[in-house]
Amino acid sequence: MATATQTSALPTGIWKSDPVHSSVGFSVKHMVVATFRGAFTDFAITLANEDGEPRIYGAVRVDSVDVRDENLKGHLLSPEFFDAERHPEITFTSTGIRVDGDELSVDGELTIKGTTKSVEARGTIVGPAEHPAGGERIGVELETTVDRTEFGLDWNAELPKGGVMVENPVTLTVHLELAKE
Amino acid sequence: MRLLAISGSLRRDSHNTRLLRAAAQLAPAPAELELFDGLKDVPPYDADDDLDPAPEGAARLREAIAAADGVLIATPEYNSSLPGQLKNALDWASRPFPDNVLRNKPVAVIGVSTGMFGAVWAQAEARKVLASIGARVIDVELPVPGAERAFRGDGLADADLHRRLAAILDELIAAARLRAPESHALAA
Repeated sequence: MATATQTSALPTGIWKSDPVHSSVGFSVKHMVVATFRGAFTDFAITLANEDGEPRIYGAVRVDSVDVRDENLKGHLLSPEFFDAERHPEITFTSTGIRVDGDELSVDGELTIKGTTKSVEARGTIVGPAEHPAGGERIGVELETTVDRTEFGLDWNAELPKGGVMVENPVTLTVHLELAKE
Repeated sequence: MRLLAISGSLRRDSHNTRLLRAAAQLAPAPAELELFDGLKDVPPYDADDDLDPAPEGAARLREAIAAADGVLIATPEYNSSLPGQLKNALDWASRPFPDNVLRNKPVAVIGVSTGMFGAVWAQAEARKVLASIGARVIDVELPVPGAERAFRGDGLADADLHRRLAAILDELIAAARLRAPESHALAA
């Protein structure tokens, strides 16, 4: 596993996600033919680069899942799916960060439903930019794909004419506007 | 620690009710297993009747589940599935969804039949229904076959089945304890 960290292109300081101008989403193949997208609206993600050992870490409140249907949300939060009562947060902590120009790769430990797995997320980092109201912002976009069943999210339903309701690979995507503290 | 036991059989001399009585004997103090006696009084589910207040039989069921820290269901098997009246009761308990009385509630399912399979398919179907309702379904089963010879006194005749029933109760109680409010935990 690559843990080397190249820090030269990473802005220094503590950078925290702006909750309005950031988003955390997921997408998964649904009904064989379609892509279903959902989001989590309550999260806090930080890029900390103060001591030469930069880290990206964050937590997402599971009960903030937004799928535009209360019954589906109820199912997702139940013990059969995310089990939000026992596992109220999804967490991520980086173990290695690489930057090449605008390209960003992050290795880290992702914990969903009490199970921790190593993942590699890829994306971009741009900025900083001056905010007209003061302060600096950077943009970070990252994406990774996980097998949901490895985290115990193994609900499914077979379709009458073959295939399953929900595929196992789930793409997790964050679009972050990070504000310097 | 209060556990509610629901027998899916209405018959007076039901084997499944007897199985729950055996479970009650095994429940370690201070956990108490209370047998629900109102299944027959739960009316057929009709959304037109699902008002506030709910029909008395349905309200009693919901209150009994709400007051319990965990639920133990013993189901017979009718035509490869759970009995209609038990399914009907679970349908009442599931409403309103998702914030119903079974949500996150630890539930285990066991069963006994006169045949050789011990209501194993009915138990699987009951677990599926309960998971869909949002209950915390304990991933165990206890198929007790040959009901006429399955019991000895207040317990199960087969020592291995007897131990497995005790283990299921322990697992149910452990799950219930995890989520029991402080006051319940202290009382237990």
